[in-house]
Amino acid sequence: MRRMVDRTFVAMTLAATLVILAMIAIILGNVVIHGRDRLSWEFLTAAPEQGMMAGGIFPAIYGTVLLVFLMSIVAVPFGVLVAIYFAEYARAESRLYRWTRMAVNNLAGVPSIVFGLFGLGFFIQTIGHGIDQVLYPGYLVYGQPSVLWAAMTMAVLTLPVVIITVEETMRAVPQEYREASLALGATRLQTILRVILPQAWSGVMTGAILAISRGAGEVAPVLFTGAAYFLPQLPTRANEQFMHLGYHIYAMSTQSPDVEATKPILYSTVFVLLVLTFLLNLTAILIRNRMGRWTTR
Amino acid sequence: MKGNSRIGAEKGVGKMESAPSRHADSTAADDPATEGQTPFSRPLFPPQSAVRNRIDRLGELFISAVAFVVIAIIFLIFIYVAREAAPLAWRTIDGILLWSPLQTPYTWQPVGGVPKFNILPLIVGTLKVTLIAMLLATPLALAAALYTAEFAPPSLREWIKPAVEVLAGIPSVVIGFFVLIVLASWLQDAFGFQFRLNALSAGIGLAFAVIPLIYTVSEDALTSVPKLYREASLALGASKPQTAVRVVLPAASPGIFAALVLGFGRAIGETMIVLLASGNASMLSLSPFVPVRTLSATIASELGEVVFGGGHYRVLFLIGVVLFLITSLLNWIGARCNRRLRQRLSGAA
Repeated sequence: MRRMVDRTFVAMTLAATLVILAMIAIILGNVVIHGRDRLSWEFLTAAPEQGMMAGGIFPAIYGTVLLVFLMSIVAVPFGVLVAIYFAEYARAESRLYRWTRMAVNNLAGVPSIVFGLFGLGFFIQTIGHGIDQVLYPGYLVYGQPSVLWAAMTMAVLTLPVVIITVEETMRAVPQEYREASLALGATRLQTILRVILPQAWSGVMTGAILAISRGAGEVAPVLFTGAAYFLPQLPTRANEQFMHLGYHIYAMSTQSPDVEATKPILYSTVFVLLVLTFLLNLTAILIRNRMGRWTTR
Repeated sequence: MKGNSRIGAEKGVGKMESAPSRHADSTAADDPATEGQTPFSRPLFPPQSAVRNRIDRLGELFISAVAFVVIAIIFLIFIYVAREAAPLAWRTIDGILLWSPLQTPYTWQPVGGVPKFNILPLIVGTLKVTLIAMLLATPLALAAALYTAEFAPPSLREWIKPAVEVLAGIPSVVIGFFVLIVLASWLQDAFGFQFRLNALSAGIGLAFAVIPLIYTVSEDALTSVPKLYREASLALGASKPQTAVRVVLPAASPGIFAALVLGFGRAIGETMIVLLASGNASMLSLSPFVPVRTLSATIASELGEVVFGGGHYRVLFLIGVVLFLITSLLNWIGARCNRRLRQRLSGAA
């Protein structure tokens, strides 16, 4: 009797696991099956035509890559610097450290739509309008949604990811390494730059890739900070709007005049976005598993 | 050989003590007497000097300064979202004051002859969708975490975890798209709902987003329970499932609770899934089969069309403040529970 109950229980937990795995398989399978048809080199390199019902998605890919690039050249260096401060300079028992660390942790759980509000209120209405008033009185140059402000908003969103990942790996580098380096006569800065940071390199890579994959997939923060449904030309300046793969999916599935006609293109766009984020996440997982010599757990 | 190395060591110590004042001396490392006997042709770290120490101090100053600016921006997030909503507290804008979103009639109808800004339907909608998502996600994610941590053979475990992480990596707009285009039609065909998009379809979509989070956090909590607990229980004659449910699960309970709280916080703020899959009509109803409009989706769909600085604009920022505060509170509770789990396990082991 007891063995029966035990077996049923294990079987039920296994069933739950299988249900979750099946859900993943259904989503991925559905997108792969329907997304394959339209996929071609032309689809990836052409611009949309006839109100999104023909052509390709190149401007959206270009805009996403541009956004992610601008975002990471801000988020990664600043994130690493903050992580260095947290792991090497801040005193772990100080109140300042505990409070700021808690703020960073909390930020990682704040809804992404709130970051969109912040980007509009801070970057566009405050910083952008401020620049316009000083440099271009009477004109709207930076005080409007653009790829620059969308990238800054996304950078603030992904900053906690970078900080938390890098700080964890830096803390996991054994204390003996620091002591040995200092005993050899190195200064603290030299120890950090030449001993700790190279050891924690996998953490920096993982943090950067996780940030990029999040930045490529999030839509809510760019809704009002720079993403556009359709643009005839690729953005060439930082204060222009841009097209975005995720936003493209959202816009096509809700605002298209003929949903059935756009479906094949819609599916292929989802396929491209999935492949992109999947590859990024896979790289991060592989780096963590292979190179993660010092993992905290 | 022995003597030489001792002399070398003494020299090094002497240099470190006098380093800041004597810059010229640093070339003494190339002393011909010691050359060839040390394994390195030149020292890994040249001896300290005044310049080096200044660089070190400047470096620390620079890193600290950048860290403080970044942290300041982090605190600015709340301030700038709140700042756009704040004027509602002391003056009426377009007929709206701070407590207008709580006054009768209980309708959210921002566009129209007489705009109505009562956020009660939005709050009910958000809670309804979140509750459905939690009811679906919690048993699945917890059971899967139990299976992975306690019953699965190690070779299988190494496959399940990355697979669930794949689900975590799917952008929420893709999940929203899947529910909108595919799943909602399946559900309507199967159950004959009057509305294709409703609270249930949005809740199922949200469950997809919450499952990986609950799974990962609770699986971590379960695996952090020391092996001793399991061995003691098994030695007393308990079976593996009994051990899992009566020993490991209670020991990990603060971490499990943290997983649920964090999952709840994620579900409340998730935007793109509900925006695509909920039908987006604000009805004050408790039925899970009618369309709903959530707080986050309201911001996402309306902020693009409001007059800058107007009452509607400020109410949307006020909703943002509410979302920020709720999720922060939940994150804080979750972090505290996780800390308690670590304390409990480290104190007992």
